[in-house]
Amino acid sequence: MHDAVAQVSNFIDLNSMTIGYLFIVGFVGGLVSGFIGSGGAFVMTPAMMSMGVPGLVAVASNMCHKFPKALIGSIKRAKYGQVDVKLGVILGISAEAGVLYGASIQEKIKATYGEAGSNLYVSTAFVIILAVVGGWVMFDAWKTYKGGNSNEEEKTSKLALWVQSINIPGTMVFFKSMNARISVLFTIPLGFATGMLAATIAVGGFIGVPSMIYVMGVPSMMASATELVIAFVMGLGGSFKYAMHGLVDIRLAMIILCGSLFGIQLGAIGTTYVKPFMIKVVMGVIMLIVLVSRALVVPVYMSQLGLIETIAEPTVKMLKNVSFGVMILALLVGAGIVLHAMWQGKRAEKLALAKEGLQIV
Amino acid sequence: MGSSHGHKKPYMKALFFGLISVGLYAALLVNQDYFNNTFGKGGVYAFLPIVTAFVFSYVHGTFTGDFWTVMGVEAAKKTKGGK
Repeated sequence: MHDAVAQVSNFIDLNSMTIGYLFIVGFVGGLVSGFIGSGGAFVMTPAMMSMGVPGLVAVASNMCHKFPKALIGSIKRAKYGQVDVKLGVILGISAEAGVLYGASIQEKIKATYGEAGSNLYVSTAFVIILAVVGGWVMFDAWKTYKGGNSNEEEKTSKLALWVQSINIPGTMVFFKSMNARISVLFTIPLGFATGMLAATIAVGGFIGVPSMIYVMGVPSMMASATELVIAFVMGLGGSFKYAMHGLVDIRLAMIILCGSLFGIQLGAIGTTYVKPFMIKVVMGVIMLIVLVSRALVVPVYMSQLGLIETIAEPTVKMLKNVSFGVMILALLVGAGIVLHAMWQGKRAEKLALAKEGLQIV
Repeated sequence: MGSSHGHKKPYMKALFFGLISVGLYAALLVNQDYFNNTFGKGGVYAFLPIVTAFVFSYVHGTFTGDFWTVMGVEAAKKTKGGK
């Protein structure tokens, strides 16, 4: 970690343009998080860095906006009966351990292979995980849509049924979201993996939500809401750790929070208008677009490490810019689907209410 | 969206929390050098950004929730998702 006093001088000057930019990015990120339980962080950190904020300050400030945002989002979604607090806290604590371990791996990689090695590790992890998990989530959503059973209750996966059937005395805990007892020996490694991923690619929810759905058997609506509890627990611990080193730029964190609290309320409201499989659609689409964004920069880091032929500087710059643009696109497409689905749900509700009114008359 | 719910909208509450929220943000931005210097010290000062985040989230979170209600954006009456 950097020396706190030296870091203070790295706090950038703010003007109305940068404030407006952070507010909008915060709003869109918040909208997506309110809906799928995570997201936004993968754009927030590079967005701050593009303004000249040092990497560690960007990560710290993003985390310091994440936990209060997740708190408000989880309270809102708890009102709709979508949150399993017990599961969220248990997963959150094990995720915290995962974050610490993930960060130590990152430091080791950086010390051994340098900045490019660390970047290559992060991007490769992004690409592999997003391809496998994002592909599966999208395939599952597509199957539900094509099968014409999007109105039916979600089926618990075979893997989740198996996990729920295992009885390890002394470790069984009842979770209301699954309406079943499962062993914490399953939840702890899953929470740990979520945290490790959060430390590596900044979006733990990309593994946390799918693991709750497919491995534990939590309905997608409750999984995405419970992810907010995990994000709160993880974000609070992480923020404190960074704040101890004086790395949080409270202005950046609070300005992003300003926009994201508008967004997260809207995203949470949006979940009440859609069918559960829409959570998977939004999540899958975002994951697959982010995958493209990260894949674009893999050759850059490979060339910096001498694994492939050197890529010319203008090409490197172009690839990095396109990658950042695609990431913003991922967030905007996600937000667009949320707003569209919400609008459609609202219209359907109005029509249903008008019909009911006609019947009464 | 969903404006005819038959219950009163929280105009005054939204205004109250909105004004406090504006006040908090104004105080933060006007005195940004002071906040950066103090919050950036690290160590025991770590609790300052954490407490600030909780205060802002309570005030601004309450305001944004009421803001959407006043704007007529509310949860569906019969939720199709969740429980």
